Amino acid sequence: MPFIERILSERLGKDVSPGDMVFVPVDLVYAHDGTAPLVIEVVVNELKLEKRHARNRAFFFIDHASPAPTLAAAAVHKRMREFASRFGLGLFDAGEGISHQLVIENGLAGPGDIVVGADSHTPTVGVTGALALGLGSTDVAVALSYGYTWLSVPETVKVVLRGSLKHMVMGKDVALWLLGLKDVEKFHGRVIEYAGDLRAIGLDGLATLTNMSTEMMAATSVIPPEGLREQTTGLSTSSGYVDEVSVQLGEVEPMVARPPDVFNVAPVSSVEGVEVDQVFIGSCTNGRLQDMEVAARIARGRRVKSGVRCIVAPASRRVLLESLERGYIDVLLKAGCILSPPTCGPCVGAHMGLLAEGEVAVSTTNRNFPGRMGHRKSEVYLASPATAMASALTGRITDPRVFA
Amino acid sequence: MIIRGRAIKLGDDVSTDHIISGKYKFEFIDDMSKMIPHVLEDVIPEFYKKVSKGDIIVAGRNFGKGSSREHAPRLLKMVGIGAVVAKSFGFIFYRNSVNIGLPVVKAKVVPDTAESGDVIEVDLARGIVRDVTKGVEEKVPPYPPEFLEVVSEGGIVEYIKKRGGLPWSIR
Repeated sequence: MPFIERILSERLGKDVSPGDMVFVPVDLVYAHDGTAPLVIEVVVNELKLEKRHARNRAFFFIDHASPAPTLAAAAVHKRMREFASRFGLGLFDAGEGISHQLVIENGLAGPGDIVVGADSHTPTVGVTGALALGLGSTDVAVALSYGYTWLSVPETVKVVLRGSLKHMVMGKDVALWLLGLKDVEKFHGRVIEYAGDLRAIGLDGLATLTNMSTEMMAATSVIPPEGLREQTTGLSTSSGYVDEVSVQLGEVEPMVARPPDVFNVAPVSSVEGVEVDQVFIGSCTNGRLQDMEVAARIARGRRVKSGVRCIVAPASRRVLLESLERGYIDVLLKAGCILSPPTCGPCVGAHMGLLAEGEVAVSTTNRNFPGRMGHRKSEVYLASPATAMASALTGRITDPRVFA
Repeated sequence: MIIRGRAIKLGDDVSTDHIISGKYKFEFIDDMSKMIPHVLEDVIPEFYKKVSKGDIIVAGRNFGKGSSREHAPRLLKMVGIGAVVAKSFGFIFYRNSVNIGLPVVKAKVVPDTAESGDVIEVDLARGIVRDVTKGVEEKVPPYPPEFLEVVSEGGIVEYIKKRGGLPWSIR
């Protein structure tokens, strides 16, 4: 039985099947400064509640427009702090980091937990073995107030990873490779369960994979914890899965998603030479320690091309501190990178490095829709931290293996 | 619950960024009604002026894909959209729409046959989508009773306020 169906069946004390409408308790619920205003509006002004009726873990994260770049954002942050204090929520304030990363780092979710976040990239938390759903503000307000949510049990597609990655190829390239599948529609509305040689990608890379299940249009994705404990044979039961995809990791090349859509996937080699104005390394997709390590390894002793802004934003205070202790930050700053506090800012065009009309960025983030990172007529190429750093050094989209 | 309205035809892959760009979420963070002039502005300029109350959006694949922002279905409802019929929906957009009482229906045939201006009819309980103008009718999965109750009350918040509890029994 697929892992998510096992979680739900155990929680409900009865076997569930895809398509069943279930109502489940929520263990962890959270929102950030992009979505919390509407959550607060629903709880305070629409439901008119004085207190939470739920006893689950609940947190607010100030991570999107953070530290506040505008008076409006400052007012939202203030309101969030007041609400968190009044309703008994935990609060991660400006500078602590991006919600999904903090949930993972602080062990706020674990295997079998049911997690509801007011952010579409909440499935990142599936790397912990939790059922993690990214939902809207009303869903989150209800889970926060009453402790429950509804779900039509999704089908599960198993994605089996085989072998090992080539040098300078990262989890991000695997995510982009999956987005480039001709039949990528098979993930639509389903759960992606990863199996096989998971340790070949590393936990940080696996979190990139769970993160980008959102772009694959999946309901969520999950790494069953037993998959990390031992190498699975692949002969284990496949019953209950609606489909299976096999990925030969050794065949994956450095990839990009060309503007203006995440499905415009191509190998880096096909867009090499495109001139770049800005590079961003960070976000809930690629702001983890492994990402900083790879960026620093490529940047060591080199300089960012004159005329290119290369912004680096570790995903959390812990990633920043660890990168500092290991010397990555020193390398990146000496190479000419701009160090940003942990924030989502540039990824959503909220603040810290917006793109002007006609500018081109290589970004380690997860979306490249028109206007995503600034002007409607700016362009974003999604890529791995290795490709992003290599491109910052040359000023053109560059295969990172030239720096190997 | 039967909904009838004039079709506004849209294509594939209309994301929540298209419905309302993320930048307005921060610019007008305190007053959602200020975002109304920007709804679908890059798809149909001045969309909000062209909508009549009760119009039904008929779209292709992946309607509402992308960000979880609930502003997207709320703003569509605010400008007067009565329902959305599409080949498929973003997972979160679909949930959000049910939660706020905007009927959303998956259909296979009508999204291909309908043109803007056609009269569209949706029977949520029986699971029927009709293009009255073209004389095309198709069966779709009917709404589960829980959805029907929530949508007919105008959303989950209205449901809780009117009936004093969650729209489902928990055991």
